[in-house]
Amino acid sequence: MSSKAAFFDVDGTLVKTNVVHVYAYYAMNRGSVLGIAGRTLSTALSVPLFGVMDAVDRKTFNEFFYRYYAGLSEDRLVTIAEDMFEDVLQPALFEQTQDLIDQARRSGCKIVLVTGALDFTMRPLARHLGADDMIANKMQFVGGKATGKVIPPIIEGANKANAIRAYCTKEGLSLDKCHGYSDSASDYAMLAVVGRPTAVNPDLRLRSIARAYNWPILDLK
Amino acid sequence: MRPFKTLQKLYDEESQVVITEKGSPPRVLFHGENFLQEDLPVGTRVIFPRPPLAGVPNVKAAIRYAINNPEGMEPLHALLKPGMRLTCVIDDISVPLPPMVTPDVRQTILEIVLELAADSGVDDVHLIIANALHRRMTEGEMKRMVGEKIFDAYYPDRYYNHDAEDPDGMVALERTSHGEEVSVNRRVAESDLIVYVNVNFVPMNGGHKSMGTGVSNYASLRHHHNPKTIRASDSYMEPKTSALYKSNERIGRNIDKHLKVFHIETALNNRMFGGPTDFLAKKEEDYTETDRLKFQAMRFALSKLPRAAARKVLNSVPAPYDVTGVYAGATEPTHQKTLETSYKQYVVPVEGQSDIVIFPIPFISPYSVNSILNPLLVQVMGLGYFYNLNRGVPLVKKGGVLILLHPAYDEFDPEHHPSYIEFFHRLLPETRDSMKLEHKYEREFAENPSYVHLYRKGNAYHGVHPFYMWYWGENGRQHVGKVIVAGAENNHVPALMGWDRTDTLTEAIEEARGFMGRSATISLLRIAPTVMVDVK
Repeated sequence: MSSKAAFFDVDGTLVKTNVVHVYAYYAMNRGSVLGIAGRTLSTALSVPLFGVMDAVDRKTFNEFFYRYYAGLSEDRLVTIAEDMFEDVLQPALFEQTQDLIDQARRSGCKIVLVTGALDFTMRPLARHLGADDMIANKMQFVGGKATGKVIPPIIEGANKANAIRAYCTKEGLSLDKCHGYSDSASDYAMLAVVGRPTAVNPDLRLRSIARAYNWPILDLK
Repeated sequence: MRPFKTLQKLYDEESQVVITEKGSPPRVLFHGENFLQEDLPVGTRVIFPRPPLAGVPNVKAAIRYAINNPEGMEPLHALLKPGMRLTCVIDDISVPLPPMVTPDVRQTILEIVLELAADSGVDDVHLIIANALHRRMTEGEMKRMVGEKIFDAYYPDRYYNHDAEDPDGMVALERTSHGEEVSVNRRVAESDLIVYVNVNFVPMNGGHKSMGTGVSNYASLRHHHNPKTIRASDSYMEPKTSALYKSNERIGRNIDKHLKVFHIETALNNRMFGGPTDFLAKKEEDYTETDRLKFQAMRFALSKLPRAAARKVLNSVPAPYDVTGVYAGATEPTHQKTLETSYKQYVVPVEGQSDIVIFPIPFISPYSVNSILNPLLVQVMGLGYFYNLNRGVPLVKKGGVLILLHPAYDEFDPEHHPSYIEFFHRLLPETRDSMKLEHKYEREFAENPSYVHLYRKGNAYHGVHPFYMWYWGENGRQHVGKVIVAGAENNHVPALMGWDRTDTLTEAIEEARGFMGRSATISLLRIAPTVMVDVK
């Protein structure tokens, strides 16, 4: 049994996309011509706002963003997730992603995806990569319809670190031996909590943090 | 300037050993990316490299002669059959140092071998760099090594770096009689004929080490790259006294039993410096006024440059080495010939050991070509390579003092040496005990997915490599009583290494004399170029 895990952020770390792409895909597959038009228009209008919010605070961004799922049915969301993986996520995977995951597995790590995306959108990806587990946000559903609210705690920033810590306790893993991979300085807490952090395709802030703390830097292609 | 008559009495021109007298000139000594000019105490024995041996007059003819008249094997042309799988395995950028002026001798050998292969109807040819767990060579370095024509024809599909971590790329052969695992590159293992293209820079290179190490993996290397084997080796440069070589020999013989390997080994002379820096190979007694001026100008210019720029300048001067011998055929008889030529160039006989030995550490090592000589590499140069440049008896007495000349700066190259950084900052503060480091951390570093990725896809040394660097200094560390790094620019690097530090060489000698006694004998190994001692 593994005594350590490798925790991988997804957006920007393993795939070239972020949650905006995922949402846009759902918007495009709303099911009715009017729905598609409405959601596409509102998404397009919101893009500059998303950009600003993402840069300022990932938590606010996620909370704001998930409101856009309100009213979509659970069945529909799960069905579309499979298509979305094939159309959006799979083509956006870095070529070297699978090598890195395989290597982590060969070194005896459990593979765990840690993402601010919603769990049903990431399940096909987790299956494809051979991940053992996933720490992701969970959408609240009432009467089979999404409420647009995420069941707390929202997985982002410092909460990713808490979730990883809790996961290790639950699974009996040594946090000190675990690896963490992320591309963004907003995941500093997640990287700092594991014993073996690595920056992957890091943004400028994370690159400078990684240099300061002597963390390895990978440029996945 | 001193009168010629005075100078002449100070040393014997033919001898490579000079005893310092009152009127001896100050010595020009490497100190990282610059030089020190130091007066040494009277009586200090200075051991100089031998002057370069004459090169073979026609390198191509020498190669052709060697492959047509090999040792213990049929000539190469008789081994080549139409339709066969041929793999040429090539020594990597770690030799020679600095890289030689183009055409590199590996290019010359390959041009001849590949032409012969084509004439013999051999089309399935791969060129693999035997980088073992060293970093992958860059495209530019690969092109420089084999020349544009070969590069364009073979790169990237048929000319590439060995990948010791490719899960499908290695084949395990039977274990040795000592239980050592023997793994080799799959393409190599599945070839009908392997031609190993070697550059023998120091006697440690070549022979069974070429295949036993160059195209192997961690599982196999850990059987000899470990503290126990290194402690059992009196000198890596003398196969008879090297447990490291003996293990490679067992592994290599196993490989020879299963695969047909035709070795082409080359020996180089000592012409490390050419053109404007040729004076560095001279004894200071032989410096002309122009040499002194050139030295002062170079020292001044290097002192004004940022270190990275000085490093770039020094790395950009290739060495005009001459080829002194080409030998080909079966592993052992071929290597025996190479060793004879190599010893002829490098070995200087000296009478007795010394209490205090001074090693100037230059800007380069086998593991820092186009990179930084980080603290672990300073350590491996002093306690590993230079300490072992002997034929079984080290220059320094048991319990003696080694003085290393280097700034010992805390600089690492995150692209080439990422795992070194963690080793230095996380492990060394905990322990310097090689056995403990091996037991507790080696496997973790070797299997760290980030380091494996950087080795396979980037240009990083394997995660386990800093351990090997530390082990490499193990027999030196066990032997000496104290290490002092003179001219170190900080306190923490020497402290982490377990060394003392001083600002100047004079202070280091004073401290060493305080440790060994006022009558302590002192030797300086005036390296580079390469010199190896045969202590009688």
